[in-house]
Amino acid sequence: MSIEELRARIEEFLATHDPARTERLAFLRARYDAGLAWIAFPEGHGGLGLPQVWQREAEELFAAAGAPDNEPERNGIGLGMAAPTILAFGTEEQKRRFLRPLWTGEEIWCQLFSEPGAGSDLAALATRAVRDGADWVVNGQKVWTSSGHLARFAILVARTDPDVPKHRGMTYFLCDMTDPGVDVRPLRQITGEAEFNEVFLNQVRIPDSQRLGEVGQGWQVATATLNNERVAIGAHAAPREGGMAGVVARTWREHPAGRTPERHDRLLRLWVEAEVARLTGERLRQKLAQGQPGPEGAAMKLSFARLNQQLSGLELELLGEQGLRYSDWTMVRPDRVDFTGRDAGYRYLRAKGNSIEGGTSEILRNILAERVLGLPAEPRVDKDVPWKDGAK
Amino acid sequence: MSELDLLYTDIEEDLRATVRDALADRCDTAAVTAVYDGDRSLVGSLWKTLAVDLGLAGLLVPENQGGAGATAREAAVVLEELGHTVAPVPFLTSAVLATTALRATDREAGTELLTDLAAGECTAALTVPLSTAPDTELPAVRAEGGRLTGTVTSVAGALEAEVLLVPATTEHGPALFAVAAGEAGREPVISLDMTRQLADVTLRGTPGTLVLTEAEPAMRRALRTTTALLAAEQVGIARWCLEETVAYLKQRTQFGRIVGGFQALKHRLADLAAGIDGATSAARYAAATLAAEDLDSETAAAIAQAYCGELAVTAAEEAIQLHGGIGMTWEHPTHLYLKRAKADQLAFGTPGHQRTKLAELIDLPGPLSHA
Repeated sequence: MSIEELRARIEEFLATHDPARTERLAFLRARYDAGLAWIAFPEGHGGLGLPQVWQREAEELFAAAGAPDNEPERNGIGLGMAAPTILAFGTEEQKRRFLRPLWTGEEIWCQLFSEPGAGSDLAALATRAVRDGADWVVNGQKVWTSSGHLARFAILVARTDPDVPKHRGMTYFLCDMTDPGVDVRPLRQITGEAEFNEVFLNQVRIPDSQRLGEVGQGWQVATATLNNERVAIGAHAAPREGGMAGVVARTWREHPAGRTPERHDRLLRLWVEAEVARLTGERLRQKLAQGQPGPEGAAMKLSFARLNQQLSGLELELLGEQGLRYSDWTMVRPDRVDFTGRDAGYRYLRAKGNSIEGGTSEILRNILAERVLGLPAEPRVDKDVPWKDGAK
Repeated sequence: MSELDLLYTDIEEDLRATVRDALADRCDTAAVTAVYDGDRSLVGSLWKTLAVDLGLAGLLVPENQGGAGATAREAAVVLEELGHTVAPVPFLTSAVLATTALRATDREAGTELLTDLAAGECTAALTVPLSTAPDTELPAVRAEGGRLTGTVTSVAGALEAEVLLVPATTEHGPALFAVAAGEAGREPVISLDMTRQLADVTLRGTPGTLVLTEAEPAMRRALRTTTALLAAEQVGIARWCLEETVAYLKQRTQFGRIVGGFQALKHRLADLAAGIDGATSAARYAAATLAAEDLDSETAAAIAQAYCGELAVTAAEEAIQLHGGIGMTWEHPTHLYLKRAKADQLAFGTPGHQRTKLAELIDLPGPLSHA
């Protein structure tokens, strides 16, 4: 199918599903069933097997027609991480069950990976899953779970074999968050709000049919998810001045009193770097159009984090006295995250998380150095030690 | 503006392979280093290979004028490879800067000269200081009755050129004249970067042939094109510095370990690799906007030069530091890259100048004056 044929297909769809007269969810479901949701996905799973780079144009055509979108900002983990992983490793039945309500936003997803004792060293995780008949019984504690209080399902990695070295004893599951054994508690962060949660898993039963990939293959599946996460975080399709650079540029234009030569040069340097990062995201997206994401996404995420932090810090200085005020310290549990939202103080504080979440900048530099440059790996003293005998 | 292809096409990769093979064959590092000690024997023979045998002299000349009719994208790939070897050839000064300026010619003599340039039969240089930014004042050579008088310092490519393209002021405004290089005074300058050696050019009533009237827009356009394409050379410099440093740190051992395994060094190289990734994007975008005659090309050039100009210097400085003592020696080629990178950073407007220019283009005005 050519891009022209895709355009025609979308027009035809809009002609038979007038956005003004179709109920929102019905419209989204029909769009999925027509293969016009994520067009790069295969037929039957919301797509038409078309080049990923055409997605943006499809979105523009739907938006121009006044069509409702699937509010992607509410389901970032679902769309950015769970979906590609389910597509890559799921059974036909799993794809049929989970992908459609995920895309329409009927079912929000969260990620149960990190634990108090397993942050950068994710493979050290201790949450146990034990086979019991047709089910697995899961016990453990997860942390930094964004959207955990809203999610219907979670992607979960748990230890199924403690007797083998850590990377080999994990399995990947799709966990129902409404199971009575799942306890989600807010985790307040430096912004005052609780965007994250800690999640306690107590005798949670997961049917074996919700295992993704083979038993013991959890690390490979999780790695695919994390590569997607870095791309999702670092390589948004964005116009020039679309992110934090745009926010700070607007503040600059609206606050002439805050302009000094020193800030001007800092702003221009950061603006250039942000634009270069945007172009790099563009180039990466062109590269990924056919294949799987690789470690190159790590470089994107590194610059994204650094720029958000430096730009949001500069913005407070531009605001002067106003930069000393904060909008609200009340503990709330937001239903979406917007790094460029709220006020400048929030943006400054929230950006501190950008170099920690989704792989710290230090771990990402290791990944770049080892996988892209081929430099020697960090010493791994527990590599060949059964997980149960490692330092805890 | 986001629809431009930022990757390399197969044709561009083929061109790269051809240039790379020729350079591997003909551009020996020891011979490059020798130019610092006055042995420039490499320059002429290498340029003949590239300009004539590979046809690179005419890359940016349309086919109906004897050139290859290629775009800035292909020229950028050539420059990446030339930067990668710090090749001491006048591709940027003749095949890009002088050729682009001359393409606007409105005189028969200019058209003939362009055909000669395309064939590699002669080499030209635009007589402006290498530090001339596209939007700054051009040197003031006077033209009276077809005779030129004035001095232009720090001209790159003049020593290799048979023809000097001299911007000069006539009674009708700025124009461009072709001068036989042999008839002008060319004083070689001991340059920071001897692989692109400068010369001071002196004209004392030297005869010139008018090749372009109302020359200012064309010269500024040529300078902008060169500014944008210089970024590709800087990418090539930076890539070599990274590759060479990574290779060295994979074999060097201290404290019983491969030093490339120390996190303090790994992280510096990771940052450099990410920076080069960014530089590649900026340079590709600048070339792609030129090739597509995109309205964003002026902004793209300023972004590319602001970013790549500093990145290449950082790469060379990191290469020296991470090589340790050996990086400080004359014998090791890294200094060739540092000198080229630093000179390139000053060429056609420093990164700071580019940022100032950019401030206008993207509407981020500076502090209000308190006048």
